[in-house]
Amino acid sequence: MNARLISGRTIAQGQNLDNKLSEEYYNAVAICEMNEKDMEKIGVSADENVEVRTSYGEVVVKAKEGGGNPEGIAFIPMGPWANAVVSGDTHGAGMPQYKGIDAEIEKSEEKVLPVKELMQRYMG
Amino acid sequence: MEITDVVCALCGCVCDDLVVEVEDNEVKKVKKGACSVGKSKLMGHGRIKSPAIRENGSLKECSYDDAIKKAAGILAAARRPLLYGWSSTVCEADKVGIELAEEIGAVIDNTASVCHGPSVLAIQDVGLPSCTLGEVKNRADLVIYWGANPTDAHANHMKRYSYISKGYWTAEGKKDKKLIVVDVRETKTAKVADVFIRIEQGKDFLVFSALRALLLGYEDVVPEEVGGVSKKDLLEAVRLMKEAKFGITFFGMGVTQSTGRHNNIVNAIQMTRAAHTHTKFSIMPMRGHYNVNGFNQVCTWETGYPFSVDLSRGYAWYNPGETSSTDLLVRRECDAALFIATDPGAHFPGESIRHLAKIPVIQIDPFANPTTEFADVVIPAAISGIESEGNVYRMDNIPIRLRKVVDTEYLPDEEILEKILEEVRAIREKEGE
Repeated sequence: MNARLISGRTIAQGQNLDNKLSEEYYNAVAICEMNEKDMEKIGVSADENVEVRTSYGEVVVKAKEGGGNPEGIAFIPMGPWANAVVSGDTHGAGMPQYKGIDAEIEKSEEKVLPVKELMQRYMG
Repeated sequence: MEITDVVCALCGCVCDDLVVEVEDNEVKKVKKGACSVGKSKLMGHGRIKSPAIRENGSLKECSYDDAIKKAAGILAAARRPLLYGWSSTVCEADKVGIELAEEIGAVIDNTASVCHGPSVLAIQDVGLPSCTLGEVKNRADLVIYWGANPTDAHANHMKRYSYISKGYWTAEGKKDKKLIVVDVRETKTAKVADVFIRIEQGKDFLVFSALRALLLGYEDVVPEEVGGVSKKDLLEAVRLMKEAKFGITFFGMGVTQSTGRHNNIVNAIQMTRAAHTHTKFSIMPMRGHYNVNGFNQVCTWETGYPFSVDLSRGYAWYNPGETSSTDLLVRRECDAALFIATDPGAHFPGESIRHLAKIPVIQIDPFANPTTEFADVVIPAAISGIESEGNVYRMDNIPIRLRKVVDTEYLPDEEILEKILEEVRAIREKEGE
Protein backbone atom coordinates (compact mmCIF):
# COMPACT_ATOMS: atom_id res chain seq x y z
CA MET A 1 0.00 0.00 0.00
CA ASN A 2 1.25 3.49 -0.79
CA ALA A 3 1.11 5.99 2.07
CA ARG A 4 2.50 9.31 3.19
CA LEU A 5 4.65 8.88 6.22
CA ILE A 6 5.00 11.40 9.02
CA SER A 7 6.97 11.19 12.26
CA GLY A 8 6.49 13.12 15.49
CA ARG A 9 6.38 13.16 19.26
CA THR A 10 4.13 11.03 21.46
CA ILE A 11 3.73 11.09 25.22
CA ALA A 12 5.22 7.58 25.67
CA GLN A 13 8.17 8.53 23.44
CA GLY A 14 8.73 11.61 25.61
CA GLN A 15 8.50 9.65 28.85
CA ASN A 16 11.35 7.44 27.63
CA LEU A 17 13.57 10.13 26.09
CA ASP A 18 16.32 9.36 28.59
CA ASN A 19 15.55 5.65 28.50
CA LYS A 20 16.06 4.79 24.84
CA LEU A 21 17.78 1.46 25.26
CA SER A 22 14.81 0.11 27.25
CA GLU A 23 11.94 -2.15 26.30
CA GLU A 24 9.50 0.66 27.16
CA TYR A 25 11.06 2.89 24.48
CA TYR A 26 11.06 0.02 21.96
CA ASN A 27 7.38 -0.66 22.62
CA ALA A 28 6.51 3.03 22.41
CA VAL A 29 8.51 4.01 19.34
CA ALA A 30 9.02 0.98 17.05
CA ILE A 31 5.44 1.23 15.85
CA CYS A 32 3.46 2.52 12.89
CA GLU A 33 0.01 3.99 13.49
CA MET A 34 -2.46 3.70 10.62
CA ASN A 35 -6.11 4.15 9.84
CA GLU A 36 -8.07 0.91 10.34
CA LYS A 37 -9.12 0.86 6.67
CA ASP A 38 -5.46 1.01 5.62
CA MET A 39 -4.68 -1.88 7.97
CA GLU A 40 -7.46 -3.88 6.33
CA LYS A 41 -6.04 -3.04 2.90
CA ILE A 42 -2.66 -4.56 3.74
CA GLY A 43 -4.19 -7.38 5.76
CA VAL A 44 -2.50 -6.61 9.04
CA SER A 45 -3.92 -6.63 12.56
CA ALA A 46 -2.74 -4.56 15.51
CA ASP A 47 0.63 -5.73 16.87
CA GLU A 48 1.52 -7.61 13.68
CA ASN A 49 4.59 -6.37 11.86
CA VAL A 50 4.79 -4.20 8.78
CA GLU A 51 7.72 -3.23 6.58
CA VAL A 52 7.89 0.46 5.71
CA ARG A 53 9.93 1.18 2.57
CA THR A 54 10.92 4.57 1.18
CA SER A 55 13.57 5.72 -1.31
CA TYR A 56 15.87 6.19 1.69
CA GLY A 57 15.62 2.84 3.47
CA GLU A 58 13.35 0.25 4.97
CA VAL A 59 12.38 -0.70 8.51
CA VAL A 60 10.12 -3.22 10.21
CA VAL A 61 7.81 -1.92 12.94
CA LYS A 62 4.67 -3.04 14.74
CA ALA A 63 1.32 -1.95 13.29
CA LYS A 64 -1.01 0.02 15.56
CA GLU A 65 -4.50 1.18 14.83
CA GLY A 66 -5.54 4.79 15.20
CA GLY A 67 -3.47 7.82 16.04
CA GLY A 68 -6.16 9.92 14.34
CA ASN A 69 -4.68 9.23 10.91
CA PRO A 70 -6.84 9.66 7.83
CA GLU A 71 -6.55 7.00 5.13
CA GLY A 72 -3.21 7.16 3.35
CA ILE A 73 -1.31 8.72 6.26
CA ALA A 74 0.99 6.59 8.43
CA PHE A 75 2.68 7.83 11.61
CA ILE A 76 5.86 6.52 13.26
CA PRO A 77 6.93 8.22 16.51
CA MET A 78 10.18 10.16 16.12
CA GLY A 79 13.18 7.96 16.83
CA PRO A 80 15.62 5.57 15.17
CA TRP A 81 12.94 3.43 13.46
CA ALA A 82 11.29 6.42 11.75
CA ASN A 83 14.66 7.89 10.88
CA ALA A 84 15.74 4.71 9.12
CA VAL A 85 13.36 5.73 6.31
CA VAL A 86 13.31 9.56 6.30
CA SER A 87 15.16 11.71 3.81
CA GLY A 88 18.36 13.62 4.59
CA ASP A 89 17.61 16.07 1.76
CA THR A 90 17.07 19.43 3.46
CA HIS A 91 15.95 21.34 0.34
CA GLY A 92 18.65 23.88 1.17
CA ALA A 93 17.08 24.76 4.53
CA GLY A 94 18.99 22.46 6.92
CA MET A 95 15.85 20.55 7.84
CA PRO A 96 15.46 16.91 6.77
CA GLN A 97 12.10 15.74 5.44
CA TYR A 98 10.70 14.18 8.62
CA LYS A 99 7.11 14.54 7.46
CA GLY A 100 5.46 13.77 4.15
CA ILE A 101 7.65 10.98 2.78
CA ASP A 102 6.20 8.66 0.13
CA ALA A 103 6.27 5.14 1.55
CA GLU A 104 5.14 1.61 0.71
CA ILE A 105 3.81 -0.38 3.64
CA GLU A 106 3.29 -4.15 3.56
CA LYS A 107 2.75 -6.89 6.10
CA SER A 108 6.04 -8.47 7.18
CA GLU A 109 7.14 -11.67 8.89
CA GLU A 110 10.52 -10.09 9.75
CA LYS A 111 11.16 -9.13 13.38
CA VAL A 112 11.23 -5.56 14.67
CA LEU A 113 14.90 -4.91 15.38
CA PRO A 114 15.79 -3.80 18.93
CA VAL A 115 17.55 -0.45 19.00
CA LYS A 116 21.09 -1.86 19.34
CA GLU A 117 20.62 -4.16 16.34
CA LEU A 118 19.06 -1.32 14.38
CA MET A 119 22.13 0.85 15.02
CA GLN A 120 24.39 -2.03 13.96
CA ARG A 121 22.97 -1.66 10.44
CA TYR A 122 24.88 1.63 10.15
CA MET A 123 28.21 0.15 11.22
CA GLY A 124 28.88 -1.92 8.10
CA MET B 1 12.79 17.26 52.37
CA GLU B 2 10.33 19.12 50.19
CA ILE B 3 11.79 21.50 47.61
CA THR B 4 9.46 24.05 46.04
CA ASP B 5 9.76 26.13 42.88
CA VAL B 6 11.82 23.47 41.15
CA VAL B 7 12.21 24.15 37.41
CA CYS B 8 11.46 21.39 34.94
CA ALA B 9 14.31 20.78 32.49
CA LEU B 10 12.42 18.94 29.80
CA CYS B 11 10.48 20.93 27.21
CA GLY B 12 10.20 24.57 26.11
CA CYS B 13 7.43 25.21 28.68
CA VAL B 14 10.10 25.30 31.46
CA CYS B 15 7.45 24.94 34.20
CA ASP B 16 8.90 26.61 37.29
CA ASP B 17 6.49 25.66 40.06
CA LEU B 18 7.32 22.02 40.68
CA VAL B 19 7.33 20.56 44.18
CA VAL B 20 9.77 17.70 44.64
CA GLU B 21 10.40 15.38 47.58
CA VAL B 22 14.10 14.60 48.09
CA GLU B 23 15.47 12.06 50.53
CA ASP B 24 18.98 10.63 50.86
CA ASN B 25 20.11 12.80 47.93
CA GLU B 26 17.52 11.20 45.66
CA VAL B 27 14.29 12.49 44.08
CA LYS B 28 11.64 10.29 45.70
CA LYS B 29 8.50 11.95 44.42
CA VAL B 30 7.33 14.76 42.18
CA LYS B 31 4.44 16.10 44.22
CA LYS B 32 3.18 18.91 42.04
CA GLY B 33 3.59 20.81 38.82
CA ALA B 34 5.16 18.38 36.36
CA CYS B 35 3.48 16.63 33.46
CA SER B 36 4.07 12.90 33.03
CA VAL B 37 7.05 13.51 30.71
CA GLY B 38 8.74 15.98 33.08
CA LYS B 39 8.01 13.69 36.01
CA SER B 40 9.59 10.76 34.22
CA LYS B 41 12.78 12.77 33.73
CA LEU B 42 12.92 13.91 37.36
CA MET B 43 12.39 10.39 38.68
CA GLY B 44 15.40 9.29 36.64
CA HIS B 45 16.59 6.45 34.45
CA GLY B 46 19.73 4.32 34.18
CA ARG B 47 22.87 6.45 33.84
CA ILE B 48 26.14 6.17 31.97
CA LYS B 49 28.22 5.01 34.92
CA SER B 50 31.72 5.91 33.84
CA PRO B 51 33.65 7.73 31.14
CA ALA B 52 34.69 5.28 28.44
CA ILE B 53 36.82 5.01 25.30
CA ARG B 54 36.12 2.57 22.45
CA GLU B 55 38.90 0.02 21.92
CA ASN B 56 38.62 -2.78 19.37
CA GLY B 57 34.91 -2.16 18.97
CA SER B 58 33.97 -2.08 22.68
CA LEU B 59 33.68 0.76 25.15
CA LYS B 60 36.25 0.41 27.97
CA GLU B 61 35.73 2.36 31.16
CA CYS B 62 38.35 5.00 31.96
CA SER B 63 38.89 8.10 34.09
CA TYR B 64 37.40 11.53 33.31
CA ASP B 65 40.94 12.77 32.63
CA ASP B 66 41.66 10.06 30.06
CA ALA B 67 38.32 10.56 28.29
CA ILE B 68 38.80 14.34 28.20
CA LYS B 69 42.36 13.95 26.83
CA LYS B 70 41.13 11.55 24.16
CA ALA B 71 38.28 13.90 23.21
CA ALA B 72 40.63 16.89 23.04
CA GLY B 73 43.05 14.91 20.86
CA ILE B 74 40.28 14.02 18.39
CA LEU B 75 39.05 17.62 18.19
CA ALA B 76 42.51 19.18 17.90
CA ALA B 77 43.41 16.83 15.01
CA ALA B 78 40.12 17.26 13.12
CA ARG B 79 40.01 19.37 9.95
CA ARG B 80 36.20 19.72 9.79
CA PRO B 81 34.73 19.07 13.25
CA LEU B 82 31.04 19.43 14.12
CA LEU B 83 29.89 20.37 17.63
CA TYR B 84 26.17 19.64 17.94
CA GLY B 85 23.41 19.48 20.55
CA TRP B 86 23.36 22.23 23.20
CA SER B 87 19.57 22.36 23.74
CA SER B 88 19.21 20.16 26.85
CA THR B 89 21.95 21.92 28.71
CA VAL B 90 22.37 25.41 30.16
CA CYS B 91 23.51 28.67 28.54
CA GLU B 92 26.73 28.65 30.55
CA ALA B 93 27.75 25.35 28.87
CA ASP B 94 26.68 26.69 25.46
CA LYS B 95 29.01 29.66 25.92
CA VAL B 96 32.02 27.40 26.54
CA GLY B 97 30.98 25.26 23.56
CA ILE B 98 31.10 28.29 21.27
CA GLU B 99 34.55 29.18 22.62
CA LEU B 100 35.69 25.61 21.86
CA ALA B 101 34.23 25.84 18.34
CA GLU B 102 36.11 29.09 17.75
CA GLU B 103 39.35 27.56 19.05
CA ILE B 104 39.24 24.59 16.65
CA GLY B 105 37.43 26.24 13.72
CA ALA B 106 34.41 23.96 14.03
CA VAL B 107 30.84 24.16 12.83
CA ILE B 108 28.57 24.61 15.85
CA ASP B 109 24.91 23.76 15.51
CA ASN B 110 22.03 23.01 17.85
CA THR B 111 18.90 20.89 17.62
CA ALA B 112 16.97 23.84 16.18
CA SER B 113 18.58 22.64 12.96
CA VAL B 114 16.13 19.69 12.91
CA CYS B 115 13.32 21.41 14.85
CA HIS B 116 12.50 25.12 14.58
CA GLY B 117 15.49 26.06 12.39
CA PRO B 118 13.07 26.94 9.57
CA SER B 119 11.17 29.17 12.05
CA VAL B 120 14.40 31.02 12.86
CA LEU B 121 15.03 31.54 9.12
CA ALA B 122 11.49 32.87 8.66
CA ILE B 123 11.80 35.21 11.66
CA GLN B 124 15.05 36.60 10.21
CA ASP B 125 13.15 37.18 6.99
CA VAL B 126 9.97 38.88 8.21
CA GLY B 127 10.20 39.33 12.00
CA LEU B 128 7.85 37.85 14.58
CA PRO B 129 4.87 39.63 16.14
CA SER B 130 5.00 37.68 19.40
CA CYS B 131 4.43 38.01 23.13
CA THR B 132 5.13 36.18 26.37
CA LEU B 133 3.27 33.13 27.62
CA GLY B 134 2.10 35.31 30.52
CA GLU B 135 0.30 37.57 28.05
CA VAL B 136 -1.27 34.53 26.41
CA LYS B 137 -2.46 33.25 29.78
CA ASN B 138 -4.01 36.56 30.83
CA ARG B 139 -5.36 37.84 27.52
CA ALA B 140 -5.83 35.23 24.81
CA ASP B 141 -9.44 34.33 24.03
CA LEU B 142 -8.55 32.49 20.80
CA VAL B 143 -5.80 29.86 20.74
CA ILE B 144 -4.71 28.15 17.53
CA TYR B 145 -2.36 25.15 17.56
CA TRP B 146 -1.14 24.55 14.01
CA GLY B 147 0.90 21.41 13.29
CA ALA B 148 1.48 21.14 17.03
CA ASN B 149 0.18 18.55 19.47
CA PRO B 150 0.87 19.85 22.99
CA THR B 151 -1.12 17.05 24.62
CA ASP B 152 1.77 14.75 23.67
CA ALA B 153 4.73 17.08 23.22
CA HIS B 154 4.22 19.95 25.73
CA ALA B 155 1.77 18.35 28.11
CA ASN B 156 1.41 21.32 30.52
CA HIS B 157 1.20 24.00 27.83
CA MET B 158 -2.58 24.25 27.60
CA LYS B 159 -3.04 24.08 31.36
CA ARG B 160 -0.37 26.62 32.33
CA TYR B 161 -0.45 29.08 29.47
CA SER B 162 -3.19 28.75 26.94
CA TYR B 163 -6.60 27.11 26.41
CA ILE B 164 -7.25 25.73 29.89
CA SER B 165 -5.36 28.30 31.98
CA LYS B 166 -7.26 30.93 33.91
CA GLY B 167 -5.94 34.44 33.42
CA TYR B 168 -6.73 38.01 34.47
CA TRP B 169 -9.12 38.62 31.58
CA THR B 170 -9.98 34.96 31.09
CA ALA B 171 -10.97 34.06 34.65
CA GLU B 172 -13.24 31.24 33.53
CA GLY B 173 -10.45 29.41 31.71
CA LYS B 174 -11.58 27.57 28.64
CA LYS B 175 -15.14 28.90 28.97
CA ASP B 176 -13.72 32.30 28.00
CA LYS B 177 -11.71 30.91 25.08
CA LYS B 178 -11.94 29.15 21.76
CA LEU B 179 -9.45 26.55 20.58
CA ILE B 180 -8.76 25.85 16.90
CA VAL B 181 -6.47 22.96 15.97
CA VAL B 182 -5.10 22.65 12.45
CA ASP B 183 -3.46 19.31 11.75
CA VAL B 184 -3.15 16.39 9.34
CA ARG B 185 -4.06 13.90 12.08
CA GLU B 186 -6.88 14.11 14.59
CA THR B 187 -4.47 14.28 17.53
CA LYS B 188 -5.41 14.22 21.20
CA THR B 189 -5.19 18.03 21.10
CA ALA B 190 -7.54 18.11 18.09
CA LYS B 191 -10.06 16.00 20.01
CA VAL B 192 -10.50 18.70 22.68
CA ALA B 193 -10.68 21.61 20.22
CA ASP B 194 -13.76 23.70 19.56
CA VAL B 195 -12.84 23.60 15.88
CA PHE B 196 -10.62 20.98 14.24
CA ILE B 197 -9.46 21.79 10.74
CA ARG B 198 -7.92 18.78 9.04
CA ILE B 199 -5.60 19.78 6.22
CA GLU B 200 -3.90 17.66 3.59
CA GLN B 201 -0.32 16.80 4.46
CA GLY B 202 2.13 19.37 3.07
CA LYS B 203 -0.56 21.94 2.20
CA ASP B 204 0.04 24.35 5.11
CA PHE B 205 1.40 27.08 2.86
CA LEU B 206 -1.77 27.11 0.76
CA VAL B 207 -4.07 27.26 3.78
CA PHE B 208 -2.09 30.12 5.36
CA SER B 209 -2.35 31.96 2.03
CA ALA B 210 -6.12 31.43 1.88
CA LEU B 211 -6.58 32.72 5.44
CA ARG B 212 -4.40 35.75 4.65
CA ALA B 213 -6.55 36.55 1.63
CA LEU B 214 -9.78 36.20 3.60
CA LEU B 215 -8.47 38.32 6.49
CA LEU B 216 -7.53 41.05 4.02
CA GLY B 217 -10.98 40.94 2.38
CA TYR B 218 -10.14 39.09 -0.84
CA GLU B 219 -12.80 36.40 -0.55
CA ASP B 220 -13.28 36.31 -4.32
CA VAL B 221 -9.79 34.88 -4.96
CA VAL B 222 -10.20 31.92 -2.60
CA PRO B 223 -11.47 28.71 -4.26
CA GLU B 224 -14.13 26.44 -2.74
CA GLU B 225 -11.47 24.14 -1.27
CA VAL B 226 -7.86 24.81 -0.28
CA GLY B 227 -5.48 22.11 0.96
CA GLY B 228 -8.38 19.83 1.83
CA VAL B 229 -10.26 22.55 3.77
CA SER B 230 -13.60 23.90 2.54
CA LYS B 231 -14.03 27.64 2.02
CA LYS B 232 -16.89 27.51 4.54
CA ASP B 233 -14.52 26.21 7.26
CA LEU B 234 -11.89 28.78 6.33
CA LEU B 235 -14.46 31.59 6.60
CA GLU B 236 -15.55 30.28 10.01
CA ALA B 237 -11.93 30.27 11.23
CA VAL B 238 -11.51 33.84 9.96
CA ARG B 239 -14.71 34.89 11.74
CA LEU B 240 -13.31 33.54 15.03
CA MET B 241 -9.99 35.29 14.39
CA LYS B 242 -11.67 38.64 13.68
CA GLU B 243 -13.96 38.37 16.72
CA ALA B 244 -11.14 37.53 19.12
CA LYS B 245 -9.85 40.24 21.45
CA PHE B 246 -6.43 38.55 21.53
CA GLY B 247 -5.49 35.62 19.32
CA ILE B 248 -2.38 33.49 19.36
CA THR B 249 -1.10 30.89 16.91
CA PHE B 250 1.30 28.30 18.31
CA PHE B 251 2.97 26.30 15.56
CA GLY B 252 5.04 23.14 15.67
CA MET B 253 6.91 20.56 13.67
CA GLY B 254 3.91 19.87 11.44
CA VAL B 255 4.77 23.14 9.74
CA THR B 256 8.58 23.25 10.00
CA GLN B 257 9.31 19.67 8.94
CA SER B 258 6.92 19.51 5.99
CA THR B 259 7.32 20.64 2.40
CA GLY B 260 7.81 24.39 2.31
CA ARG B 261 9.68 24.53 5.62
CA HIS B 262 10.62 28.17 6.40
CA ASN B 263 8.28 29.42 3.65
CA ASN B 264 5.37 27.97 5.63
CA ILE B 265 6.40 30.02 8.66
CA VAL B 266 6.87 33.21 6.65
CA ASN B 267 3.29 32.75 5.48
CA ALA B 268 2.06 32.00 9.03
CA ILE B 269 3.67 35.24 10.24
CA GLN B 270 2.12 37.16 7.35
CA MET B 271 -1.26 35.65 8.26
CA THR B 272 -0.74 37.05 11.77
CA ARG B 273 0.00 40.47 10.26
CA ALA B 274 -3.19 40.24 8.20
CA ALA B 275 -5.12 39.52 11.41
CA HIS B 276 -3.71 42.78 12.83
CA THR B 277 -6.02 44.68 10.49
CA HIS B 278 -8.83 43.44 12.75
CA THR B 279 -7.51 42.68 16.24
CA LYS B 280 -4.52 41.88 18.44
CA PHE B 281 -2.82 38.67 17.25
CA SER B 282 0.45 36.96 18.15
CA ILE B 283 2.38 33.93 16.97
CA MET B 284 4.92 31.71 18.71
CA PRO B 285 6.95 28.61 17.84
CA MET B 286 6.44 25.65 20.21
CA ARG B 287 10.14 25.24 21.02
CA GLY B 288 10.94 21.64 21.93
CA HIS B 289 13.88 21.26 24.32
CA TYR B 290 13.97 23.39 27.45
CA ASN B 291 16.95 25.42 26.25
CA VAL B 292 16.91 25.08 22.47
CA ASN B 293 16.02 28.77 22.48
CA GLY B 294 18.82 29.57 24.96
CA PHE B 295 21.50 28.23 22.64
CA ASN B 296 20.12 30.40 19.84
CA GLN B 297 20.32 33.41 22.17
CA VAL B 298 23.88 32.68 23.33
CA CYS B 299 25.10 31.83 19.82
CA THR B 300 23.60 35.06 18.47
CA TRP B 301 25.26 37.26 21.05
CA GLU B 302 28.59 35.41 20.69
CA THR B 303 28.78 34.97 16.88
CA GLY B 304 25.99 37.09 15.41
CA TYR B 305 24.03 34.03 14.24
CA PRO B 306 21.64 31.67 16.06
CA PHE B 307 22.66 28.16 14.85
CA SER B 308 24.54 26.30 12.09
CA VAL B 309 27.54 28.61 12.46
CA ASP B 310 30.75 27.69 10.64
CA LEU B 311 33.83 29.10 12.40
CA SER B 312 36.42 27.44 10.13
CA ARG B 313 37.16 30.67 8.25
CA GLY B 314 38.26 32.50 11.39
CA TYR B 315 35.02 34.47 11.36
CA ALA B 316 31.39 33.38 11.68
CA TRP B 317 29.77 32.08 8.49
CA TYR B 318 26.07 31.23 8.54
CA ASN B 319 24.27 29.47 5.74
CA PRO B 320 21.78 26.77 6.83
CA GLY B 321 21.48 24.26 4.02
CA GLU B 322 25.27 24.40 3.71
CA THR B 323 26.47 24.76 7.32
CA SER B 324 23.67 22.75 8.98
CA SER B 325 24.46 19.38 10.54
CA THR B 326 22.36 17.21 8.26
CA ASP B 327 23.83 18.76 5.12
CA LEU B 328 27.40 18.48 6.44
CA LEU B 329 26.91 14.82 7.32
CA VAL B 330 25.04 13.85 4.16
CA ARG B 331 27.91 15.46 2.18
CA ARG B 332 30.29 13.36 4.35
CA GLU B 333 32.22 16.52 5.10
CA CYS B 334 32.86 16.17 8.85
CA ASP B 335 35.85 14.19 10.06
CA ALA B 336 34.94 14.32 13.79
CA ALA B 337 31.91 15.22 15.87
CA LEU B 338 31.09 16.11 19.46
CA PHE B 339 27.50 15.60 20.61
CA ILE B 340 26.37 17.09 23.89
CA ALA B 341 22.95 16.67 25.52
CA THR B 342 21.48 15.25 22.34
CA ASP B 343 21.01 11.98 20.50
CA PRO B 344 21.66 12.09 16.75
CA GLY B 345 21.64 8.28 16.73
CA ALA B 346 17.90 8.45 17.42
CA HIS B 347 17.00 11.74 15.77
CA PHE B 348 19.10 12.20 12.62
CA PRO B 349 18.17 10.63 9.28
CA GLY B 350 19.85 7.28 8.63
CA GLU B 351 21.96 8.82 5.88
CA SER B 352 23.64 11.12 8.44
CA ILE B 353 24.23 8.28 10.91
CA ARG B 354 25.95 6.19 8.22
CA HIS B 355 28.66 8.85 8.05
CA LEU B 356 28.84 9.29 11.84
CA ALA B 357 29.57 5.58 12.20
CA LYS B 358 32.75 6.14 10.13
CA ILE B 359 34.25 9.13 11.99
CA PRO B 360 35.41 9.67 15.59
CA VAL B 361 32.44 10.68 17.75
CA ILE B 362 32.51 12.15 21.27
CA GLN B 363 29.35 11.96 23.36
CA ILE B 364 28.68 14.03 26.50
CA ASP B 365 25.38 12.96 28.10
CA PRO B 366 23.97 11.68 31.38
CA PHE B 367 22.21 8.77 29.63
CA ALA B 368 23.16 5.97 27.25
CA ASN B 369 21.21 6.14 24.00
CA PRO B 370 21.54 5.05 20.35
CA THR B 371 24.46 7.52 19.87
CA THR B 372 26.41 5.60 22.54
CA GLU B 373 26.36 2.61 20.17
CA PHE B 374 28.81 4.29 17.80
CA ALA B 375 30.47 6.88 20.08
CA ASP B 376 34.24 6.51 20.47
CA VAL B 377 34.51 8.59 23.64
CA VAL B 378 31.65 8.69 26.14
CA ILE B 379 31.69 11.28 28.94
CA PRO B 380 28.89 11.13 31.52
CA ALA B 381 27.53 14.47 32.73
CA ALA B 382 25.44 15.78 35.60
CA ILE B 383 21.77 16.29 34.74
CA SER B 384 21.15 20.01 34.29
CA GLY B 385 18.20 21.19 36.37
CA ILE B 386 18.44 18.25 38.78
CA GLU B 387 22.14 17.87 39.63
CA SER B 388 23.47 21.21 38.38
CA GLU B 389 22.10 24.71 37.88
CA GLY B 390 22.23 27.33 35.17
CA ASN B 391 20.21 29.63 32.94
CA VAL B 392 17.81 28.60 30.20
CA TYR B 393 15.37 30.43 27.89
CA ARG B 394 11.72 29.43 27.77
CA MET B 395 9.97 29.25 24.38
CA ASP B 396 8.85 32.89 24.73
CA ASN B 397 12.42 34.15 25.32
CA ILE B 398 12.04 34.48 29.10
CA PRO B 399 15.26 33.50 30.94
CA ILE B 400 14.75 31.17 33.92
CA ARG B 401 17.41 29.73 36.24
CA LEU B 402 17.37 25.96 36.69
CA ARG B 403 17.83 24.78 40.26
CA LYS B 404 19.96 21.99 41.58
CA VAL B 405 18.00 19.60 43.80
CA VAL B 406 20.49 16.78 44.47
CA ASP B 407 24.29 16.47 44.59
CA THR B 408 26.30 14.36 42.19
CA GLU B 409 29.83 13.22 41.50
CA TYR B 410 29.29 13.63 37.76
CA LEU B 411 30.79 16.77 36.28
CA PRO B 412 28.42 19.40 34.83
CA ASP B 413 28.56 20.01 31.06
CA GLU B 414 30.21 23.38 31.50
CA GLU B 415 33.12 21.93 33.47
CA ILE B 416 33.64 19.02 31.05
CA LEU B 417 33.79 21.49 28.14
CA GLU B 418 36.18 23.80 29.98
CA LYS B 419 38.51 20.87 30.59
CA ILE B 420 38.35 19.80 26.93
CA LEU B 421 39.01 23.39 25.84
CA GLU B 422 41.98 23.67 28.19
CA GLU B 423 43.40 20.40 26.87
CA VAL B 424 42.84 21.41 23.21
CA ARG B 425 44.68 24.69 23.85
CA ALA B 426 47.57 22.79 25.46
CA ILE B 427 47.82 20.47 22.43
CA ARG B 428 47.73 23.37 19.99
CA GLU B 429 50.32 25.31 21.98
CA LYS B 430 52.60 22.28 21.94
CA GLU B 431 52.09 21.83 18.18
CA GLY B 432 52.95 25.50 17.67
CA GLU B 433 56.29 25.19 19.48
